[in-house]
Amino acid sequence: MAETSPRPHTVNAVHPPYPPYTEYTVGAPALDTKAPDGPIAERWNRRRFEAKLVNPANRRKHTVIVVGTGLAGGAAGATLAEQGYHVVQFCYQDSPRRAHSIAAQGGINAAKNYRNDGDSVQRLFYDTVKGGDFRARESNVHRLAEVSVEIIDQCVAQGVPFAREYGGLLDTRSFGGVQVSRTFYARGQTGQQLLLGAYQALSRQIAAGAVEMHARTEMLDLIVIDGRARGIVARDLITGEISTHLADAVVLASGGYGNVFYLSTNAKNSNATAVWRAHRRGAQFANPCFTQIHPTCIPRSGDHQSKLTLMSESLRNDGRIWVPRARGDRRPPAEIPEDERDYYLERTYPAFGNLVPRDIASRAAKNVCDEGRGVGPGGQGVYLDFADAIARLGRRAVEEKYGNLFEMYERITAENPYEVPMRIYPAIHYTMGGLWVDYDLQTTVPGLFAIGEANFSDHGANRLGASALMQGLADGYFVLPSTINDYLARHPRHEPADASHPAVEEAVADTEDRLRLLLAVDGDRTPDSFHKEIGELLWEHCGMARTEEGLRKALDRIPRIREEFWRRIKVPGTGEQLNQALEKANRVVDYLELAELMCLDALHRAESCGGHFREESQTGAGEAARRDETFAYAAAWEFTGTGNPPVLHKEDLVFEYVHPTQRSYA
Amino acid sequence: MLSMALATRTDRRPSLTRTLWASTIGKKTVMALTGLIMLGYLVAHMYGNLKIFFGPDSFNDYGHWLRVMGEPLLHEKWGLWIVRVVLVVAVVLHGVCAYQLSRRDLAARPSRYVHKRPRASYATRTMRWGGVILALFIVWHVLDLTTGTVHPGGFQPGRPYQNVVDTFSTWYGNVVYIVAMLALGLHVRHGFWSAAQTLGAGSATRDRLLRTTADLLALVLTAGFIAVPVAVMTGVVS
Amino acid sequence: MRLTLRVWRQPDPDTPGAMVTYGIDGISEDMSFLEMLDTLNEELILKGEEPVAFDHDCREGICGACGVVIDGEAHGPERTTTCQLHMRHFEDGATIDVEPWRAGAFPVVKDLVVDRSAFDRIIGSGGYITVPTGAAPEAHATPVPKPAADLAFEHAECIGCGACVAACPNGSAMLFTSAKVNHLGVLPQGAPERETRVLDMVATMDEEGFGGCTLAGECATACPKGIPLQSISMMNREFLRATVRGR
Repeated sequence: MAETSPRPHTVNAVHPPYPPYTEYTVGAPALDTKAPDGPIAERWNRRRFEAKLVNPANRRKHTVIVVGTGLAGGAAGATLAEQGYHVVQFCYQDSPRRAHSIAAQGGINAAKNYRNDGDSVQRLFYDTVKGGDFRARESNVHRLAEVSVEIIDQCVAQGVPFAREYGGLLDTRSFGGVQVSRTFYARGQTGQQLLLGAYQALSRQIAAGAVEMHARTEMLDLIVIDGRARGIVARDLITGEISTHLADAVVLASGGYGNVFYLSTNAKNSNATAVWRAHRRGAQFANPCFTQIHPTCIPRSGDHQSKLTLMSESLRNDGRIWVPRARGDRRPPAEIPEDERDYYLERTYPAFGNLVPRDIASRAAKNVCDEGRGVGPGGQGVYLDFADAIARLGRRAVEEKYGNLFEMYERITAENPYEVPMRIYPAIHYTMGGLWVDYDLQTTVPGLFAIGEANFSDHGANRLGASALMQGLADGYFVLPSTINDYLARHPRHEPADASHPAVEEAVADTEDRLRLLLAVDGDRTPDSFHKEIGELLWEHCGMARTEEGLRKALDRIPRIREEFWRRIKVPGTGEQLNQALEKANRVVDYLELAELMCLDALHRAESCGGHFREESQTGAGEAARRDETFAYAAAWEFTGTGNPPVLHKEDLVFEYVHPTQRSYA
Repeated sequence: MLSMALATRTDRRPSLTRTLWASTIGKKTVMALTGLIMLGYLVAHMYGNLKIFFGPDSFNDYGHWLRVMGEPLLHEKWGLWIVRVVLVVAVVLHGVCAYQLSRRDLAARPSRYVHKRPRASYATRTMRWGGVILALFIVWHVLDLTTGTVHPGGFQPGRPYQNVVDTFSTWYGNVVYIVAMLALGLHVRHGFWSAAQTLGAGSATRDRLLRTTADLLALVLTAGFIAVPVAVMTGVVS
Repeated sequence: MRLTLRVWRQPDPDTPGAMVTYGIDGISEDMSFLEMLDTLNEELILKGEEPVAFDHDCREGICGACGVVIDGEAHGPERTTTCQLHMRHFEDGATIDVEPWRAGAFPVVKDLVVDRSAFDRIIGSGGYITVPTGAAPEAHATPVPKPAADLAFEHAECIGCGACVAACPNGSAMLFTSAKVNHLGVLPQGAPERETRVLDMVATMDEEGFGGCTLAGECATACPKGIPLQSISMMNREFLRATVRGR
């Protein structure tokens, strides 16, 4: 391998000479300058009216880069191309059709009120703000609820085969304990069907030459010229070629960062590199500690586990969750008599029982497992028992409702859930945090937009079921294509980005050096071993329940892992070929920094809210206690160097329409 | 470039024959239609063959009728020639399509799997070789019983009964014929069902019916055709 | 479990490949096939050898990225994707052959990774309904009879993994193409483009170098999503209908 002289950025190799990471500073407040005021129901219309437009004849002269082809990216790429822009799009997968939106099961919310059950835009707005535990922006959430109805129209017209009634009209169901039936679905494969709709629209534009698609190409850095995002550095995963792509605006639709935990329900190659590199180039990162843990995943079966599989939340409608009363009870479930079982959710939350929100169900499972009452391998699981449902409804009815889920469970575990209770355990599933964006979905770097799970905007501290698909498509089909016009119109294309600008060369050199260094270390540990280590550390201290002590421990440990990484990483092969170990190692580099910011954010937010549970902040009854007087803000972090304490910018959240209340499910 | 291709394709459609001939599905359609024509012919042929069991007069009369079929509207042998032309066209089209598609199929799968395992049903796998065997058989069959070129003993025009008996009095005549008819059975079995699929007649509800019909056709044709040499060999027909 | 793996190794498209034998120990029967390959790769990396390249992503059987031929069968002995195939379906001590999808239209990129971009081009040539964002009518404006919606869904389930092509003795993409043609063709929303869609998609499928269909049925047997063989017959009907009246 070529000789390398580590450039400044590679000093992640040495222990930071900076002050302790926990000593962050507080900077100027984060301001959403695009946020319209006035009555909330008129804000989106007003913003669209006030936004400048680009002359249709001039649009093809504007190049927009879109990174990612999931629901948000696929929808945005197709829509921008339809509008006439020249779109250059990237995905690391071999086809845009494989983005991980495809794995979403449950459904998509929309305030259609087809059931006449009292739903409305207003109610969806209210439910989402409340469900987000009052840490989301009212204006954004209201817009999301407004746009939701258009999404369903769009998808139906595309041929998305939603479930239908015998009369030929769309079927809806209630999801995640919501009191109205506003969730549209396509069996257990709603994400797949919606994604294929977006993919097909995108494919049409690719074939028409309006979208230049680069599959198997991964964004490795952002190019910022004169304070504006002007392009990306990308690596062709087949040839290893590092290329630069310049544009008038860059849209990140690269998804969430749940894979930092190693084990999550994300796709194996989902990663945080695009957003993290953008963060390093100036985009502030908001609420990184807001991660969602889903209670009904199939537990891990051993150390070899490479990812976790989610099972639809709907299982909790009929299944009863329990563990043995006595710790260390290793008897098979059938041999544990009724009075030696603890149906702990039904016991603690008699009103909601097994249907308590995701975060509560997850935490309760962790608690009983921590007490040593968990079941299955390693005691990391609880029973989800359908014996009562089968006795009450009959096996046929249960099979009709959950047959495909039972099959999936049996395929993975080789246990028949009709006879043996299922075992479930919580798993990282979604990240509410992400790049900070204003009302226009623009980050703090002008010309850089973030959409879908990559941004932080709409779910606050906790996302409601069936809302991720809604947000991804809202951003991609409707919000971004309207707001990006304003930016492009204000930056008419008189000077094309300069390919020989030092900023371009620097970004390329940075990337090449990083990869070269990864290959040159030639140590004795695999990328996965580091990924697992950082993941386990985060799960332990920044997972379902967080304490100041644990977070400090993690923050102490992370720089050491980083140091060890740069000493001991082993990546065989070269950079000029398909090298999956190199791809992985490069993603771990970013996880090792992101993990630190997540822990710091979790440490600084000394309250419990949504998916973020701080053990120090509980009500007398052991429930999460939000502290609105101190923490009613979104925390946007500014990068100042690897291991260097970041600067916190607070965006105060103002609630004019939904009055914050403490959640209670007892 | 891609967008141009898209535009021309959608805007200017090639002719029906061109669309059919240019696509794999179109060629399969040609094969299906020509196959069904030949199948219809074979059913009639087999039915006619069975007249041999009613003695030389009945069979020779039938042979004669084939020549005068369609009279007086058609001139003598015209009907027969129409049938021959249709059949030749069908055989040629069937063969040409089969050849082109086979070449294409082999090119589409240039390397084999190292780990071999039996694939598909016997009838499916033997379509190509079965087709070649049948083509060779047809040549022999025509030279033997139509032109008499390779007929054992003296070929007697207008005396088909005797000619048939002569042919099946040789061991190789029987072997060639019976092997070919077994190949025919297999070919028809997959071919009929396959033609139905190609012509879009396949569906979940109809699949059983189509498969049963294919099996039945294959069985009846094979048995019907083989009945003749068996009868000659056993002396039922002499 | 202890296994002998014979894996197709090929450094790049232009260099000939070969089967390479690896012994591997300590495999749990709860591992997925890909986790077993992960284990092998961890060992290879530590030995300084290049790990076996294979495509994979969601590992839930829905993204369609993974897919290798195991002992001559696309996705292996069970009717599921490679990521959802578990080692309990293999005998301890078994020798397992692992090969990439083989088809002229799917050139090998490296080891077990192949290029399936031809599928994207088939979709791009007509596998969509033209409806620019914002142009959609109210969703309930066109009721869709439940049987049609269900039929559309069954075909829309295709994950584009390419097992059908890999299993087909002719390397044909008929099952893949038919799944999309039928998904959109049975819906009223898809009716205006019904003829051009099937003609264009079939033309692209042929141009990409896929073989023709001989109805061997291997594709439907290998399909992890159970797209039925009749799907091909349905598409043939669409094609002939479009040929006759579509111009």
